[in-house]
Amino acid sequence: MKVLRWQIVIALLVTFPMAATAQPDVGDVLIRNGTLLTVTNGTLENTDLLIRKGKITAIGKNLTAPEGCRVIDATGLFVMPGIIDAHSHIALEAINEMSSPLTPEVRMRDALNPLDISIYRALAGGVTTIQTLHGSANAIGGQSVVMKLRYGTLNPTELIFEGAPRGIKFALGENPTRVHGAGHNMVPRTRMGVEFVIRSALTEAREYQKKWDEYNEQKMKRGFRGAPPEYDDRLETLAEILRGNIIVHCHSYRADEIVMIMKVCRDFGIKKLVLQHANEGFKVAPEIAAFGAMASVFSDAWAYKFEVYYSTAYNAAILTRNGVLTSINSDDPGVIRHLYHEASKTLKYGGLSRDEALALITINPAKQLGIDNRVGSLEVGKDGDVAIFRGHPLSIYTVPVMTIVDGIVRFDREKDPDDMRIYVDPEERFDQSGFEVPEGYHDCLGTATETFHQLFESH
Amino acid sequence: MNRFVLLVNAFLLLFVMPGEAQVPKGSYGPVALVGATAHTITDGIIENCTIILRDGKIEAIGSNVSAPADVRVIDCKGLHVYPGFIDGGTRLGLTEIGSEPRTLDYNEVGNVVPQMRALTAVNPNSALIPVTRVNGVTTVLAAPSGGMLSGTAALINLHGYTPDQMYAGFEGVVLTFPSTSREGPNDKRKPEEISKAAAKAMKKLNEVWQKAIEYNKLDSALGDNKPDYYPELIALQPVIQGTMPLIIEVNGAGDILSALEWVREKEIARVILSGVREGWRVAGKIAEAGIPVITGKVLTLPDRAYDRYDRAYANPGLMRKAGVTVALRTNEAYNVRNLPYNAGVAAAHGLGKEEALRAITIVPAQIFGVADRLGSLETGKDATLFVCDGDPLEPATNIKYLFIKGWDIPLVSRQTLLYDEFLHREPGLQTHD
Repeated sequence: MKVLRWQIVIALLVTFPMAATAQPDVGDVLIRNGTLLTVTNGTLENTDLLIRKGKITAIGKNLTAPEGCRVIDATGLFVMPGIIDAHSHIALEAINEMSSPLTPEVRMRDALNPLDISIYRALAGGVTTIQTLHGSANAIGGQSVVMKLRYGTLNPTELIFEGAPRGIKFALGENPTRVHGAGHNMVPRTRMGVEFVIRSALTEAREYQKKWDEYNEQKMKRGFRGAPPEYDDRLETLAEILRGNIIVHCHSYRADEIVMIMKVCRDFGIKKLVLQHANEGFKVAPEIAAFGAMASVFSDAWAYKFEVYYSTAYNAAILTRNGVLTSINSDDPGVIRHLYHEASKTLKYGGLSRDEALALITINPAKQLGIDNRVGSLEVGKDGDVAIFRGHPLSIYTVPVMTIVDGIVRFDREKDPDDMRIYVDPEERFDQSGFEVPEGYHDCLGTATETFHQLFESH
Repeated sequence: MNRFVLLVNAFLLLFVMPGEAQVPKGSYGPVALVGATAHTITDGIIENCTIILRDGKIEAIGSNVSAPADVRVIDCKGLHVYPGFIDGGTRLGLTEIGSEPRTLDYNEVGNVVPQMRALTAVNPNSALIPVTRVNGVTTVLAAPSGGMLSGTAALINLHGYTPDQMYAGFEGVVLTFPSTSREGPNDKRKPEEISKAAAKAMKKLNEVWQKAIEYNKLDSALGDNKPDYYPELIALQPVIQGTMPLIIEVNGAGDILSALEWVREKEIARVILSGVREGWRVAGKIAEAGIPVITGKVLTLPDRAYDRYDRAYANPGLMRKAGVTVALRTNEAYNVRNLPYNAGVAAAHGLGKEEALRAITIVPAQIFGVADRLGSLETGKDATLFVCDGDPLEPATNIKYLFIKGWDIPLVSRQTLLYDEFLHREPGLQTHD
C-alpha cells in the first residue's frame, strides 16, 4: 500500500509540471503560389509562405520545401492571416457569474471547454485566435481568456494563448442594470449606479494597493516586524488593472456611458481600454480617439434592444476615419464563422479599403488583445496562423478551404468528415434537430425577450 | 455665396437636421433608365437596355426602346438593373425594438389566433423599413409568430404611408407545425417531454382543423343564415376552401415529413413550407409532394452538433438540386437588409448565382401568386426595381436608384443620416480647462 502511494506521488511529480507547461503542437507547412493578403504589407501575388515549427520563416517566390514538410498548393487561392475575434463566448462551460455586480476574481480559464464544437466551426470560418469573455451581467465581470483554436486537444490549458496579456470584462448600461437593479433590486439600477459601482470598487482597490505598496516597501527595511495586509483576490485583480497589467474590455453602447467610462479610467490612471460593442461609439469618436481607447464593434447588429436603436452600420467606418483603432467581432457562435463577410460590409458602409476591412478582423483585434507581435498579419517571425480561401475573403462567394494554427492544419474542407465532435453526449438523441438562435441573441446576456424571461426565471 | 446656394443649403439642411425622425419622401413621375444592363430574371440579361417607368409600371423594356420626350432620363451606363428583392419571411413592420414588449406586434396571446392579421399592425413609419429598402429589398412577408396558428401574414412593399398602401397582394395563414425539435438554447426539456408536448399540440391542431372543416360545411349549408361568430374558424375558411395558402413553419427533418403527411391527409389545396432548415435531409420527399419552400436564414448554424458546419449554407442548394421550388428568407426584422448576402452565401454553397437571384425575386413572387406584378423586369409589371453598380449580392456593391411601384425612393435611412451627421461631427473634440 505504501509502495502504491509512493508511486502515485512520483507519477504526480513527473506529470504535473508537464501539464502545467504543456507545449502546443507545432508544424511545418509550405503554402505555394497563393495570393497573400498580408494585411500589413499589401497583396503579394503568386507567392509562397513557409511555416516551420509553428512560425512563419519565409515569404517569397519559389521557396523550397524542407524535407518532410507538407506542401499545400494555393494556386488560385487567397491566403490571409488567421482571423481574430476579440469578443466571443464559445468554449465556455459558464458565461455569467451573476451573484454580484462585481466579480473580477472570476476567471474564464476555469470554465474552458475544449470539446465545444463551436471551436471547430469557428476554424471553418478561418478564425484562429479568439478572446472568450465573461458575460455582461456585471459592472465588473470576470477575467477573459485569449485562446488559439487548437481544436483536437482535450487539455484546456493547451488552448490558452501563451503569454497574452490578461483581460477583464466591464459592462455598462441595460444588462447590468437589468440583472442587478431590476432583477435583484440592488445598485446598479441606472447608468448613474453603474458609474458609482465601478468608481467605488476601484477606489477600494486603490486603498488596497496602497497598503500593499507600503508593506512591500517597509518589509525590506531592517527590523520591520509588521504583518502583510490581508490578501483579497477581488481587490488584487482590480489593483492589477490599476497597475496596467490587465486590459479593460468594456461592454458599452451609448455615447454617454462611453464618455463616462473614459472619465473613470482617466481618474484612475487606467490607459488600456477597449470599448466592446460601442454601438454609439461613432457619436463620440473624437473623444475615444483622444483618450486612445480602441473599439470592437458589430458590423450591423442593431435594434434588438433600446440602447442599440440609434445605431448605424457605418459605425466601424466612422470610428476608423476618426482615428479609432477598430475591430469587428462576433459575440456569437454563428457569426464567428463569417467574420470575413462581416468585415466586407464596411466596403459598402463607409467605403473602407480592402486592406482596412481585412485589418478589422486581423491586425486590429490583435492590437486590442496585445498580441500583435505574434499574430494578425503575414510577416516573417509571426505565428503560423493562416486562413486559405477560395475566392477573395471579402467576396460573398468566398469559401474558406483550410485553416492552419501554429503550422498545423486544423480545418480542411476537402478532407474533414461531417461529424467533427470530439465528445459525443450519450444522452443526445441522434434524430433530434436543434434550434435556430433567435435574432439579436448575443451570448453576452441573451438579448431576445424570451431569453430575458428565462434568465429571470432562473433567479 | 449667392442667395440661390444659400436657399439650396437651407433646403438640404431640412433633411439632415439632427433629431429628424423620418427620411425624405419619394418622388413620382415617368422615368427612363437608359443604357443599363438589365437582369430581367425571366428573360435573360439585356445589354444597353432602356426601361421606361410610367404610372407605377414598367411601360417598356429593351435595347431597342428609346426614351420619350416627356420622361426624366437617368443615365445608367455601366450600371445594372434588377427587380426588387423579396424576402419570403420576416417580422418587419411588426417589431421595433427587440427587448421592448410594447414595440412587438407579431405575437398575440393565444395558441390558435389565425384571425390576427399582420397587415393591421404593420407600422409604415418603422425606422427599420428605410434601413431595409436602401439595400434593394423592396418587398417582404410580414409574418406573425409565437403560437401554433399565430395569425395571417401579409406581403408588403417597403414604401407607403398606410398598411393598405404597402400591401403587395398576398395574405396567408401561418401554422407553426408541432415541433419535436428543441426550441432554443435554453430548452432543457427531456426528449420524452418534447415528444409529449408535440403529440399534445398535434391533437389540438387536428381538433381545430376538424372544427374548421365542419364550420365550412355548416357555413355553406346555412347560406344566408350565418353560423355563430367563431373568429378563428372564419379566418381558416379561405385555407379550407383553397383560396388562401397555409404557410407551415417547420424545420426538423422528422417534423417536415409529419407535415407533408398531415397536408396529404387533410387534403389542403395550397401549402407553402417555411423555415425548412433540415429540408436537405428529406429533400426528395418535399420535391415529390410538389410543395414550394421558403427557407432561411442561410447565414446560420447547423441544427445538430454532428452536422457538417456549412449545412445551413448548403441547404437551399441541396433542396433545389432535389427538385424543390426554393425561395429564401431572412426570418429577421432588424437585418432583413442582409437578404442579398444570404442569397450570395447560398449561391456559393451549391445553389448557384442564377438560382439564388431567382430565389429572392421571381420564385417568391410565384409562390405568393403575385408574379404578374413582381419578381422580374417585364413590361406591365410594377416598377419595383433598383439600379446598382455591380453584383447586388456582393457587399461591395452600392445601390444608386431605387423604385417601388414607380416611386423614386431616396437612398436615405436613419443609419445613413447618422453617418452624414457623425463622420465629421461638429463640434468636434472640445477640451476643457
